[in-house]
Amino acid sequence: MKKLDILVVGVGGQGVILASDIIGETALSAQYDVKKADTLGMAQRGGSVISHVRIGRQVYSPLIKKGEADILIAFEKLEAARWNDYLQPGGVVIVNNHALPPSSVNVGNEQYLNDQEITSILKQRTDRICFINGTRHARELGNVRTLNIFMLGSASIFMPIEIQAWEDSICRHLSPNICQINIVAFRKGREEMRNAHLG
Amino acid sequence: MIKLLSGNEALAMGAYHAGVKVATAYPGTPSTEILESLARHDDIYAEWSTNEKVAMEVAMGAAFAGIRSLVSLKQVGLNVASDPFMAASTMAVNAGIVIACADDPGIHSSQNEQDDRHYAKLAKVPMLEPSDSQEAYEFMSYAFDISERFDIPTLMLTTTRISHSKSVVQVRQEQTPPAKQADFHYDVEKYVMLPVYAQLRYSLIEERLTKLAAFAETFPFNQVSWGERHLGIITSGVAYQYAREVFPQASFLKLGMTYPLPKNLLLNFAAQVHRLLVIEELDPFLQENIQALGIKVTGKEFIPRTGELNVDIIEKASRSVGLLPEISSQPLKDMSIKLPKRPPQLCPGCPHTGIFFTLSTLGKRSSLTKSQVKTAKESPLVITGDIGCYTLGTYSPFNAMDTCACMGASIGNALGMEKTGIAKKLIAVIGDSTFMHSGITGLVNAVYSEGQITIVILDNRTTAMTGHQDHPGTGISAQGKKTRAIDLEQLVRGIGVSDVRVVDAFNMKQLRNAVRGAVDSTELSVIIVRGTCAMLAPKGSASMVIDAEKCNLCGICLQLGCSAIQRGKKQLYIDSALCAGDRCTICQQICPRQAIHLKSRVESVKLL
Repeated sequence: MKKLDILVVGVGGQGVILASDIIGETALSAQYDVKKADTLGMAQRGGSVISHVRIGRQVYSPLIKKGEADILIAFEKLEAARWNDYLQPGGVVIVNNHALPPSSVNVGNEQYLNDQEITSILKQRTDRICFINGTRHARELGNVRTLNIFMLGSASIFMPIEIQAWEDSICRHLSPNICQINIVAFRKGREEMRNAHLG
Repeated sequence: MIKLLSGNEALAMGAYHAGVKVATAYPGTPSTEILESLARHDDIYAEWSTNEKVAMEVAMGAAFAGIRSLVSLKQVGLNVASDPFMAASTMAVNAGIVIACADDPGIHSSQNEQDDRHYAKLAKVPMLEPSDSQEAYEFMSYAFDISERFDIPTLMLTTTRISHSKSVVQVRQEQTPPAKQADFHYDVEKYVMLPVYAQLRYSLIEERLTKLAAFAETFPFNQVSWGERHLGIITSGVAYQYAREVFPQASFLKLGMTYPLPKNLLLNFAAQVHRLLVIEELDPFLQENIQALGIKVTGKEFIPRTGELNVDIIEKASRSVGLLPEISSQPLKDMSIKLPKRPPQLCPGCPHTGIFFTLSTLGKRSSLTKSQVKTAKESPLVITGDIGCYTLGTYSPFNAMDTCACMGASIGNALGMEKTGIAKKLIAVIGDSTFMHSGITGLVNAVYSEGQITIVILDNRTTAMTGHQDHPGTGISAQGKKTRAIDLEQLVRGIGVSDVRVVDAFNMKQLRNAVRGAVDSTELSVIIVRGTCAMLAPKGSASMVIDAEKCNLCGICLQLGCSAIQRGKKQLYIDSALCAGDRCTICQQICPRQAIHLKSRVESVKLL
């Protein structure tokens, strides 16, 4: 693998930063050079959250260049559309099929996009699009907060890293009482992605 | 040992391994995690100081006593600390003192975008700029050594992208040096800056600067890496990382020490390349100082002076002057479909929601207000604001903040407006941590000047926006120990305010009465709105639900801007996963149809 640029996006509170931390540390444990950059500060109050993870032999810039990301992992549909321009032509988009309407939409000042509009935006960059029911699965597992690890599991099949390295890394990042349910979420995410139709 | 560390974590680890024993800071994005990381070590003293000026003074005191100390702050924090910072650079420091300062190009979470590298020149102190976490870690021990060798504070300057990016760090397996025995040696010529002694310092300071410039020539992180000689690039910090990607073939002089500059190294590099370029973020700091050495160099003629740089921006700028070939590029995105914005907003169950709804409606700024006056422009109130999560009260649906300048400014700004004889009532809104930081002196001034303003102190018992740090009002130290809490109400009364009301942040009637009473009063008043930050409070036992049969979709609850209240296809509903429930109940209190009530969490999940 020459390089892998992964953009993880979502809404404050969905666990984007933790997911990208785990990607970074897992890649490090697999002997890659890693850089990762998050947006923090005011953006964590329900705003849009973006995390750049860059993996390779030697990485310089911590930020992914627009049009160069290999994988876009979106924890929310609208955010997938918002950050789509980072994706390289033919890159992979994994979208949690879940809408969190911003307050401007709730108040009625702006319109949320319909699925067709979101898909048409995503298709401007790639046909390798996968909508996945992450929130539903996480809820069924009994903890909606496992969404981020579920999404990580889905994306993991596109990364050349052993499953054991992923699971070790997940357990290092989470407290023991929630480790097991998250491992289940990770495996479920992998399984869903394997069964999913890309495109 | 290899670790993936943020720049801030690496700075903290570097300082710890360099034997820092006293660390001080006031929280500020993007610098906060430096002290947070240091505070985890039991064998050093770490504090959240009241503000950056105090932080600097405490660190200076430790250094005077022979103990290595660190101050960490954000770019505007150095403004607050600039008085003792300038003093420290004039005096002797005895033991090493490092000021870790994080700039915020692009203004991710600040009120301005200033280039604090200018402070190094102003104070005539050495400055180091790491370009990744490894350097952040390594530079710390150099920074302390330089400080002690030249008897001067060292400025360690990062930016958001260095502080908050994670990269791989090879950690030295060293024991931290044991603490020296603290002691203070009487020497008024070094430590008492009476004019007669301060005058003596200046020839020393100039001499020191010359010695520092000579040291810069040998500093191992001022590195040349030769590539093709037609283009030579001088750069520092994260700009180096971007420049390396844009010009992989060029020759580089990467400066780890950016003040004072290594003149001979620069002249030598310049002489060996055909075209010389400086790539740096914000001001042409390196460029102008290099030009002052008589070296011909360009950079800011085409590299932007504002905002963050990145690979795209440098490429585009380089194409515009022929440094890279023109390419015809397709736009990455068809912009014909408009995406709804997602600005940050107050959390569900936030103790600021009720007071902003109250200010918005009483101030006739809400679209609900029946009166003709519906815009902030025509409001009978002027609401001066301050720095914190509550600055989000500026946004719709509240529109309830008119100014926000810098830490503590709300009170002075309100008083100044009032003294003009303006016909509107002045309300200053300030958080508890910000009040401790720099609101107290403003309040003293307002009392002394017989102001008639109202000061609303939002007491959420934490410094929320930077990630929930303690402050003097909470009674918990940076290292988690119980300490003496400052009683906000007693403090305000002690200053001489007699009209003080303490109200429950989640009681709408109390809030409304307090604001009404204060607005009608002709004396200076303080309202303390008390309610624990939603991220720290335990979730309520039940969630609110909307009774679809009673709800007539009037939309008043939506004016709370609460993200738990959502618009479904035909009805409004409350997301039980987000709702703070019986700990908040504000929506229930304002619903004119009594359509909102509590349900146990199990039942409310079923309803969804």
